Amino acid sequence: MNGPMVAETRPAAWEPVRRRPADWGRLCRFLGRRPGLVLSIAMVGLVALAAFRPGLLTARDPLLGVPSEMFRPPSGQHWFGTDELGRDLYTRVVYGAALSLKATLIALAVAFVVGGGLGSVAGFIGRWVEDLVMRVVDVLLAIPALFLSLALVTALGHGTAEIAVAVGVASVAGFARVMRAEVLRVRQAVYVEAAHSSGVRWYTVLGRHVLPNAAGPVIALAALDFGAAILAVSSLSFLGYGAPPPAPEWGAIISSGRNYLANAWWLSTLPGLTVTALTLAANRIARALDGEWGTQR
Amino acid sequence: MRRYMVRRLAQAAGVLWAAYTVSFLVLDFLPGDPVSAMAAGGLQTGQVDQAQLAALQHQYGFDQPVLLQYGEYLGRAVRGDFGDSVTTGRPVAATIAAALPQTFQLTGAAILLAVLIGGGLAVVATITRLRWLRQVLLSLSPLAISVPAFWVGLVLVQLLSFRARIFPAFGDNGVRGLVLPAVTLALPAGALIAQVLGKSLLSTLNEAYVETARAKGAGRVRVHLRHALPNAALPALTVVGLLVGQLLANAVVVETVFARNGLGRVIATAVTVQDLPVVQGVVVFGALVFVLVNLFVDLVYPLLDRRIVVGGRRGLA
Amino acid sequence: MGHAAVTASLLEVRGLTVSYQARGGLVHAVKDVDLDVRPGEIVALVGESGSGKTTVAHAIAGLLPGSGRIDAGRVRFGGYDLTALSERELRAIRGAQIGLVPQDPAVALNPVQRIGVQVAEVLRIHGLATRRAAAREAIELLGRAGLPDPATRARQYPHELSGGMRQRALIAIAIAAQPKLIIADEPTSALDVTVQRLILDQIQQLTEQLGSAVVLVTHDLGVAADRAQRIAVMSQGRIVEAGATREILNNPREPYTRKLLGSAPGLTVVRTRAPISPARAVLVAENLVKEFPLPHADGAARTVRAVSDVSFTVHAGETLALVGESGSGKSTTARMVLRLTEPTAGRISFDGADVTAATRARLRELRRRAQMIYQNPYASLDPRFSVHDVITEPLRAFKVGGRAARTARARELLDRVALPPAVLERKPAELSGGQRQRVAIARALALGPDLVVCDEPVSALDVSVQAQVLDLLTELQSTTGVAYLFISHDLAVVRQIAHRVAVMQSGRIVETGVTRDLFDHPAHDYTRSLLAAIPGHQEALPHDHRR
Repeated sequence: MNGPMVAETRPAAWEPVRRRPADWGRLCRFLGRRPGLVLSIAMVGLVALAAFRPGLLTARDPLLGVPSEMFRPPSGQHWFGTDELGRDLYTRVVYGAALSLKATLIALAVAFVVGGGLGSVAGFIGRWVEDLVMRVVDVLLAIPALFLSLALVTALGHGTAEIAVAVGVASVAGFARVMRAEVLRVRQAVYVEAAHSSGVRWYTVLGRHVLPNAAGPVIALAALDFGAAILAVSSLSFLGYGAPPPAPEWGAIISSGRNYLANAWWLSTLPGLTVTALTLAANRIARALDGEWGTQR
Repeated sequence: MRRYMVRRLAQAAGVLWAAYTVSFLVLDFLPGDPVSAMAAGGLQTGQVDQAQLAALQHQYGFDQPVLLQYGEYLGRAVRGDFGDSVTTGRPVAATIAAALPQTFQLTGAAILLAVLIGGGLAVVATITRLRWLRQVLLSLSPLAISVPAFWVGLVLVQLLSFRARIFPAFGDNGVRGLVLPAVTLALPAGALIAQVLGKSLLSTLNEAYVETARAKGAGRVRVHLRHALPNAALPALTVVGLLVGQLLANAVVVETVFARNGLGRVIATAVTVQDLPVVQGVVVFGALVFVLVNLFVDLVYPLLDRRIVVGGRRGLA
Repeated sequence: MGHAAVTASLLEVRGLTVSYQARGGLVHAVKDVDLDVRPGEIVALVGESGSGKTTVAHAIAGLLPGSGRIDAGRVRFGGYDLTALSERELRAIRGAQIGLVPQDPAVALNPVQRIGVQVAEVLRIHGLATRRAAAREAIELLGRAGLPDPATRARQYPHELSGGMRQRALIAIAIAAQPKLIIADEPTSALDVTVQRLILDQIQQLTEQLGSAVVLVTHDLGVAADRAQRIAVMSQGRIVEAGATREILNNPREPYTRKLLGSAPGLTVVRTRAPISPARAVLVAENLVKEFPLPHADGAARTVRAVSDVSFTVHAGETLALVGESGSGKSTTARMVLRLTEPTAGRISFDGADVTAATRARLRELRRRAQMIYQNPYASLDPRFSVHDVITEPLRAFKVGGRAARTARARELLDRVALPPAVLERKPAELSGGQRQRVAIARALALGPDLVVCDEPVSALDVSVQAQVLDLLTELQSTTGVAYLFISHDLAVVRQIAHRVAVMQSGRIVETGVTRDLFDHPAHDYTRSLLAAIPGHQEALPHDHRR
């Protein structure tokens, strides 16, 4: 009925449909039009590299201070400057990537597995199981996420893995919600009923129709939550609940830089910029996963 | 309407009860022995001997069966008694009450700013004919959402307190002291409002009734403000309700950065020294605020959108 | 034709060319279109979806979406060239001199504004009335548009009105400023058939009173034949043929027009299918009842009765059509006989066996022998499946044959529904609606069922595609001996395919009969009103300027 659709006037005789060109070409064109996305992927790649092979990005030691080189501003020698003990800040940020990324991934895994599992069980079984799960989810959503994390940190104690689990549990509710909504949406799809009515058994319907079609938005949410998890993890680390001091956790680095705000601006600014850049990159990639790729032709 | 309100109130009470139970399970139950944790973390008396521990166990009722403890604590909590702080000895309720004015000032100012910034941004971005301006405005909110709140605070302090010396860096006195923390807190919240309202405005502008309005000869501003905005604002209203949780949480960080003595500082300190009663009190209080705000949003919603049959919405937003 | 030469055109479109900026380049939606509308006449713009008819209508009113652009041509209206006017100047014309009746009344009214305010807004925008007077006039306009109790309606919100009432409110908006031209964009395609006729009557009557001309955009040649003095037929962005309605209907010059006429169900005299000699009964439904609980009902548990006391029989090799408007319970009935919805009461027998409460093995036996074809082929195929996966799914479910045998069967079925084997690896998204529905038919036939329930299988398709799919269904029935339970709201479609027809209204079957008898001698009032509502039946063309 509306103008731009020009597909429906085919005659009865078969008219060949143009096959889509190879997906590589499509991917290249897709990325070519989105320099920001390419930059984001590069940023995430760089952080991953820093996490697994920090030696490739810096030759210095993150814990070794050179007393003669305290409070050096950023320069060709020290890209991010040096801190109060004369440690190279860039090196500390590079080595911190492993801790921060680890915490973020643990948090995400907890949220994805527990939340996704609860959501799909609730959506597919329905009845009282759904009611029970969704009431629990309502309660978890009613407690501000950081408060819930703080309560868990109090219970579990301080440390990188502890704050990761605390952040992960706090976002279980969101995942459960989206997963359930998706499963419900797909379960009511006509093609699912069509499968039922042509005699396909329920477990086959679940495995072949419902879960594959429901997974997309949940994966997009996971990508989006990646950014949120980076922020939450570094917030808790900033508040001082992460690994004890010499460890170069990003939040902790920024927090310790607070004391020298007036005379050494780079100490908290540059690591903060790193966190921002990584979060921004993760969110940009999430946006691409969430629709741009699917709707692009 | 009355039936709906009663049911909605009961629901809210149920959520609160469950929130208390969750916090009880997490704090008083999960990590084995909370008393030794409290004794070690809170009282700072060096070595704690067995007799002291037993006395504490008894004082907090941990020597009783869990269910009995839970019942007793719940009964007190309903009356607003969350016990005493392990570190200061003051009642938890009094501790929270003392910190509240600071936090309410901060979050109140922040939410006002956030609605103004976010709403303005979304409306201007969709109403403008200039493509570049729209692009720039729409790309602001993903940026603001990705910036850690504590870092924004630190950068603001550096620029406006240490360099320009316009606003005080720390402390909690007066309006001038409120500006930087409120802005810090408002930025991510405003960005979220801008994002939701912007998205909702754009989809509303594609609705058939907007075309009807254009066919009547209505101008751009009229179409946007009279037809699109009232419809688009409804989803954004729900977001404002949800934002309260986010604001309270970010207040923890912002109050730490700006050394303000609010609720956030109270819980941050309590977590550090493992002051269980205080942590639990603040967590339940956070849930209370959240539930009340969303109750309010739910009751206002049907007045704004006549399509919502009262009682049609289920659970929390 | 001499008369026409004297009358100056109110609207004169010349060489109109419109394109849309889509991802991956420009889409030329309208190419070199000429159109004339004289004062007071109704001109129908007829075409299938994607033909560009709506784009032409939007271009005339200056309402193209942001991605659309007029590349060439001019639109002369009352002394102006609309394509050359600024947005501000256009605004003064829209609503005041050109009114629009939009397509879907369900979404075309602002949901948070009262009806009266929305009607009065036209008058306020163009400075035709003060706030007070506009409110009064709005009520009067609603009354003229045929809304009963207009003062009450004016205070209500859109969701409180039925579809037909909303469309009347939109008509009131369109005529409020007494425009010289009204553009009606598929004004009734979202409404039930009996309501459609009333709305079209109203538009025709009002525009006659006001002396307004109408551009009636429609996919339905029958509607055009009933209402318009002249018809322009569009296909693939061009006008292929234009002329007086009589001329087009009686002497179509272009093959496309002829094809369109041939497939328009209401216009052609089709051979109805003679009843078949009663063979064994495949499906017997007895006294079926379905009640749904009403959510949030106060007091005692309330239910709404969607289907009450429905009985019918489908014989082997026969097509029984179940006809009714939306809400008549026809789809619920269809789902009950396949046990996709549990009946509240009643009995269903399949091939002599009671399957009302069948479970497990016996239910699977039913699933194997009774299949379903859904209304919307865009929704009924899993977007992640290839056509091969779709068609072989029932075979896999019942472990029929090995991999190779199933693929061979899929090829054979594709051939049956006239699709080439190359389609096997495609995803549904790469196929057109008609092709998808063929795939759905192939899936339904995969297990060689005794009964196929067709739930509005062609109503989501264009008319020419509709005709092909109906022919295919008929042909498959004669070769395989399958029985159809055919659900439809469209009597014209039913007449082509059904042996027998059952008419449903508010959950009951009001009349059952052999197709020809039912069409020629309807016994029930409701059947008569349904028949009268089929477009293309009005013999006299009122106000034919060329008479």
